[in-house]
Amino acid sequence: MAKNVRIYSTPTCPWCIRTKQFLKDNNVVFEDVDVSGDQQAAEEMVRKSGQMGVPVLDIEGEIIVGFDKDRIKKALGI
Amino acid sequence: MYDLIIIGAGPAGITAGVYAARKNMDLLVVTGDIGGQAAVSGDIENYTGYQFITGPELAAKFEEHIHNYAVTVKENESVRELRKSGDKVIVVSDKETYEARSVIIASGKRSRELNVPGEKEFKNKGLTYCATCDAPLFRGKDVAVIGGGNSALDAVLQLTKIARSIYLININPALGGDAVMRQKVLGSPNAKVLNNAQTTAITGDSMVSGIRVKCDGREEVLPVQGIFVEIGLVPNSDFAKDIEKNDLGEIKINCRNETNIPGIFAAGDVTDVPEKQIIIAAGEGSKACLSAFRYLAEHRF
Repeated sequence: MAKNVRIYSTPTCPWCIRTKQFLKDNNVVFEDVDVSGDQQAAEEMVRKSGQMGVPVLDIEGEIIVGFDKDRIKKALGI
Repeated sequence: MYDLIIIGAGPAGITAGVYAARKNMDLLVVTGDIGGQAAVSGDIENYTGYQFITGPELAAKFEEHIHNYAVTVKENESVRELRKSGDKVIVVSDKETYEARSVIIASGKRSRELNVPGEKEFKNKGLTYCATCDAPLFRGKDVAVIGGGNSALDAVLQLTKIARSIYLININPALGGDAVMRQKVLGSPNAKVLNNAQTTAITGDSMVSGIRVKCDGREEVLPVQGIFVEIGLVPNSDFAKDIEKNDLGEIKINCRNETNIPGIFAAGDVTDVPEKQIIIAAGEGSKACLSAFRYLAEHRF
């Protein structure tokens, strides 16, 4: 059963691009939320992660800040 | 025991790795991430062969190139100690201890920190070192950019379209950087430049709410929700305790990328090489590998 994966990102952020590429390379389906144009989504991200840096990943409720490959792999079981 | 350990996987480390792999050297790469500063660069238009490529795309190409060979790359590892013991070099990371006959230090540079109260507490809570990444999160907000060179000017110009108001807090009497960018900043209606201004603290509750600035003998807190630190870079050379460095902490190398310790080489932005460019770092990486290869051959290792 595929996990519910959501990434909060901005279009200009290099680590967001690399994180999304990493997910694609591993055939992970994810929802991309662009927080640059969506104030409500930005606030949701800050509330969930307690900070303002992107990218933030929400993997079935587990919040991962930044392109932390080891934690992402572990959370996804890949 | 490895023939060669490469510390870092930016343009210098990756290029050294590709050369070493092609020479069949028994090789290990230990690094925090792949791509280094190149990975967080915006648009790159001066890397030969690519008229235009973004930092993340070039970093992905680097990664693809090194993984084309059977090279072990240990990511998310930070080297803590480096020392020579007889003919061996000992590399201690936060996870393991390794031994090699030769080492290339290609650990690059990182953003310089302010070293003021509040900086650590508010990192990513309104304070950031990557304007390209985080600027869009400050739509309609009041922000401060700290610095006075090209990267600070670039951050201000990115923010003029996003933030409500921007203070540029410059410690020097006048702005540095390129004239074209300076003029653009000075002509931006929502940007205000404070020269001779020293940041003394970051204030806030759970997130940044202000920046304390000393200017013309007066100290005041400017209410801002975002702070962008753009005060240059420092070399990642702290772990290389016995290696000779210059006043900036950059590792001193000769034209063969040799350091003061035989068997330990260095390449790229962590060194005192005169220019810091992706293509120069890559070239230096290849030179360092060829020097290490020669060193191993001469010592019949």
